[in-house]
Amino acid sequence: MQRSLFIDSFLRPELIARYTPDILAAMLVTVEIAALVVASGLALGLMLALVRSFRLRLIDILIVAYVDVFRAVPPLVLVLLVFFGLPNVGINLPSRAVLWLVLSLVLGAVAEEIFWAGILSVRKGQWEAARSTGLGFAQTLAYVVLPQAIRLTVPPLTNRTIAITKNTALGSVIGVPEILNVATTAESFIGNATPLTMGALAYVLLFIPVVILGRWLETRFAWRRA
Amino acid sequence: MAPAPILDVRALWKSFGSHDVLRGIDLSVKPQELVFIIGPSGSGKSTFLRCLNRLEEPTSGSILVDGVDMMAKSTDLNAMRRRIGMVFQSFNLYPHMSSLGNVTLALRKVLRMDASSADAVGLAALTRVGLADKARAYPAELSGGQQQRVAIARAIALEPKIMLFDEPTSALDPELRGSVLAVMRDLRACGMTMVVVSHEMRFARDAADRVVFVEEGAIVEQGPPAQIFGADAGARTRAFVSAIER
Repeated sequence: MQRSLFIDSFLRPELIARYTPDILAAMLVTVEIAALVVASGLALGLMLALVRSFRLRLIDILIVAYVDVFRAVPPLVLVLLVFFGLPNVGINLPSRAVLWLVLSLVLGAVAEEIFWAGILSVRKGQWEAARSTGLGFAQTLAYVVLPQAIRLTVPPLTNRTIAITKNTALGSVIGVPEILNVATTAESFIGNATPLTMGALAYVLLFIPVVILGRWLETRFAWRRA
Repeated sequence: MAPAPILDVRALWKSFGSHDVLRGIDLSVKPQELVFIIGPSGSGKSTFLRCLNRLEEPTSGSILVDGVDMMAKSTDLNAMRRRIGMVFQSFNLYPHMSSLGNVTLALRKVLRMDASSADAVGLAALTRVGLADKARAYPAELSGGQQQRVAIARAIALEPKIMLFDEPTSALDPELRGSVLAVMRDLRACGMTMVVVSHEMRFARDAADRVVFVEEGAIVEQGPPAQIFGADAGARTRAFVSAIER
């Protein structure tokens, strides 16, 4: 049977059948790490933004320093730095943990900026109205300011979250058995690009639901404004 | 024996850096009095009002609300703020809550009322301002006048001892102001002590017990509306009043 060169190079059926289990297993690893990164990164970012709302100068400086570093340095550099550097100070983490740690810190930095911008964008009058009815600082944050701030953060956050979680592919350079790693390993083993195509499709399959979820969140959180 | 003043302000100074916005204001407000504060923009009227519940921090001076020293470290500021109702020029309603939610937030979270009691009190307040039928509406669905009335309901639901109004109608189209002024008149008739910063001179003439003319951070003149708006007023007062009423 004559097959087109394209199909044979990128979508050879026998290889698809052979590597599907591996790719599926890798997808599980990717999803697992991505979910953990999202949870811990967003929590970290929110917590830091809340701390910043207390306006303690020294703490602010520390937070800004952390954020600037983790936004400036390419995640790949950070992954390699942590992976090869930590054992030198006696900390031996498995590669998955290193990936999760670095990506969480990067997402935390980005998320902090987004949450902080959201908090700042809530007009001062909202604080004043709440405080003038006797609500305390924390109560005002919890019931008046954050609900408004968070609705503004959903669009940029979903964008940045998707970007950061695609970075799980960086795990391939430190041996995490996620999608890119498995795909490239198979490709170099058999000399055919089909596993890479499968990897790309795997990413598409994984992230389409995330994008849809993000869009649903955005529409759900928009309340009618005057 | 004269009743103790609800509000007793002595030598209130407020500076922003080197700029003195308030220069030694003395003001005393009796229970049930409606005091109207007028003056040119930048005269410090709003700043004065906002010092009373310490939304602005006074630089020096004393403020006694219902006998309690607002400047003392031991004073529970949140508790005192419940006794001082404030209405803002830009309404400042919480956009993510319904009218009833706006009115009952402090009742539920500060006074820790349960939901049904809070709703009952909140609905009563909304009824007083004529908006019980808008309890479920969100601020974005209300006109400016309705939003301001909800804001008033939010303040009176806590049963404050004194209400502060910071230019309550200045952000409203003329045809919407009447509804808000009517609510304010009604509050006054029910005996609420009110301090109002506003340019609504006709309201001042009709409803105020005392009008205070503030210019450049100091009280120039104060007295009953007939005096301030009449021919016997001081020169600067007459100049300002005639400029406003043109």
